[in-house]
Amino acid sequence: MTIALPSAPAPAPRRQILVATAVASASAFMLIMGMLSMWLKFRAAAPTRKSADGFYVIKDWLPADLKIPEVSANVMLATIALLAFIAQWAVYSAKRQDSQHRSLALGLCLLMGVALVNAQLAVYSQMEVGLSSGAYQTMFYTITGTMLVLIASGMAFTAVALFRSVGGRSDDTQIVSAHALYWYFLTAAFTAMWFIVYVQK
Amino acid sequence: MGDQLKMTTIDSNVGSASHAQSRGTSSSLVSATGVWITSSDSKKIGRLFVGVSLLLAVIASVLGALLGFERMSASSMGLINGDAVLQVVSMYQFALVLGVLAPLFVGIALAVVPMQVGSRAVALPRLAQFGFWAWFFGVAMVAVSLVGNGGPGGGTTDLVDLYLLAVGLTAVGIVAACISIVTTVLTSRAPGMTLDLVPAFSWSALVGAAATALSLPVTVGTIIYLYIDQTHAKLLFDGNKGIDKYMNWSFSAPMTFVLVVMAFGVLAEITPVTAGVRQPLRPIVLAGLGLASAGVLGAVTQSFHSLEWTGSASDKIQSAIPYLLFNGVPLLGAIVSVAVVMLSVKNSKIKLSAPFASALFGALMILTGMAGNMILRITPAGLAGTAFEEGITLYVVYGALLSAIGALSYWAPKLWGRTLDPQKLLGLGGIGLLGTVAASLPLFVAGFANQPANVVADFSYDGPQGLWNLLNGVGHVLMIATVVGFVLLLISAIRGGEPAANDPWDAHTLEWSLASPVPTNNFESLSMVNSSEPVLDEKPSSQEVSA
Repeated sequence: MTIALPSAPAPAPRRQILVATAVASASAFMLIMGMLSMWLKFRAAAPTRKSADGFYVIKDWLPADLKIPEVSANVMLATIALLAFIAQWAVYSAKRQDSQHRSLALGLCLLMGVALVNAQLAVYSQMEVGLSSGAYQTMFYTITGTMLVLIASGMAFTAVALFRSVGGRSDDTQIVSAHALYWYFLTAAFTAMWFIVYVQK
Repeated sequence: MGDQLKMTTIDSNVGSASHAQSRGTSSSLVSATGVWITSSDSKKIGRLFVGVSLLLAVIASVLGALLGFERMSASSMGLINGDAVLQVVSMYQFALVLGVLAPLFVGIALAVVPMQVGSRAVALPRLAQFGFWAWFFGVAMVAVSLVGNGGPGGGTTDLVDLYLLAVGLTAVGIVAACISIVTTVLTSRAPGMTLDLVPAFSWSALVGAAATALSLPVTVGTIIYLYIDQTHAKLLFDGNKGIDKYMNWSFSAPMTFVLVVMAFGVLAEITPVTAGVRQPLRPIVLAGLGLASAGVLGAVTQSFHSLEWTGSASDKIQSAIPYLLFNGVPLLGAIVSVAVVMLSVKNSKIKLSAPFASALFGALMILTGMAGNMILRITPAGLAGTAFEEGITLYVVYGALLSAIGALSYWAPKLWGRTLDPQKLLGLGGIGLLGTVAASLPLFVAGFANQPANVVADFSYDGPQGLWNLLNGVGHVLMIATVVGFVLLLISAIRGGEPAANDPWDAHTLEWSLASPVPTNNFESLSMVNSSEPVLDEKPSSQEVSA
């Protein structure tokens, strides 16, 4: 015999994609934070050397002849912040059932994702050093490469949301919201990485 | 299908197996295998996790027994080839933690949580399915790499690379399944079931899975660094020698505490049912379970916080605060939850049921391991790097194994439609308890006698080394007997046992309102939930029965 419980009306719509994206974003945030903590640990443990003018004792962490292109890094920060803003525009449009602006915003997000990848490749190109040429270089390529993979995942997410939008799925605001949430996380993670890797070095 | 199920993947493969049976045995076997491989039914995915991790538990125990017997003498006994010791130790540690501890509870949670919270399916079942297969192939590749002289300190470069990739894949798989569990509890509860009404096991699954999803990515980040360095520069981590140094925290406390939170949820679920009462002070139990997951704090820092107890009073306080925060808080949470759960037994005539006994034994063993960790982190005790550390891991993992056996026997009617023989189960619980103590306690003693951890020969220390390492080996053998015995008991019940009643334990939560075994998509219609014991509410009280 089974026990009959009182039947219930239909519950409020589930937001599984949004919640799962939030948990996955938190996991990915911990990934980046863990990698940044390793960066800080190795930087703190680096031996010291005298500066070029001989007045200061500095950490022998960043090779003296290595220049990190800061302009490209700053452009990336501005781009990703703007991208998060545009992702929110897509959410706003989706909630108002404005499919034209939603698709336009998502298309712009994708375009700016391409710009981010291009800027990161420009950084690599301007540095003119190999991954294996030193401890710093290995860590730099590893952490920025991981961020690049996360950005590529965001672009894939944007592409899915865009195709659904263009295909006439006007009722899936949840996907657009989840997509925006992922870009907020990426903006926060990139900002932390930008400060530690590109500013503090 | 209702509007509320739009975002839920419902398994449409329900009839495949029975349909295939009509076409002959071999094709039915192929079809049934296909159903198991492709099914999005969380009960099947959960049972796949559980089945493979029980197999790995036997493998880990065999390796543990070999290591124990090998250490009976300071000179090698020849049970393990000297060149292979590092690989055996690595496989043993990996299998205990990422092969048994994490997937066992993830599997039970995937199978049970949707039923408990009144959902037709787990949230994002394809993600959970991906989680299982990623974990499964990760485990297989770890085994291949270690057998082929890969892993920490391994001599075959390609297989060292494979080891790193495989451990990363394993962790990604577990995180994926955990995301599915967390999303299920947060989004797929029955109407009326607010978070404070969630059953204790589902609550522990929520906090345990969330803590795992937040801490394992830190392991993955470390692996990415190790892999890139290993395959390119070999400048940062001293090549393959650094793998053990930088990944060891992933296979020891407090990381193991994060993975074991659900064991306390199992006890909190079974005890009031066994006692036949409602859980008193339920919010405190839930708070205690939440607090136990604070082990994540220690895990993500990738370092151990010890009590130095030297210098001025200020120095001592500065050392004591992080020590208590990182080591004491998870233990406090676990003690609070167990103590309050046991209050339900206080004024009731409790019958010692097999699931309750196993869950209680398991929780007590885990608490012993957590208390051991508090002692380990007292620097003047000088226990760091000794066999004491191994003892802690064994208390926690084997305690968790006992707890999982309790959980599986408790929910067997829902998962397999059978009730296991209670007397034999109780005997197995006793053997398991004995095995856990025999495997772990001697290593605590050996730690005080300075027996080094993870070394099998050519070391010197004081005391009867033969005795405690023999006991350790015997403990592992008893655990093999426990796991194999449980699996045989389960198989015999499935093949020839009587069908289980729908509510054989006179239980309290939603899953016991379903038929045994539970059909693929759990609930045909949605139920309204107004309390933490909705099924108990619908049963006549003892006064009503006597009237």
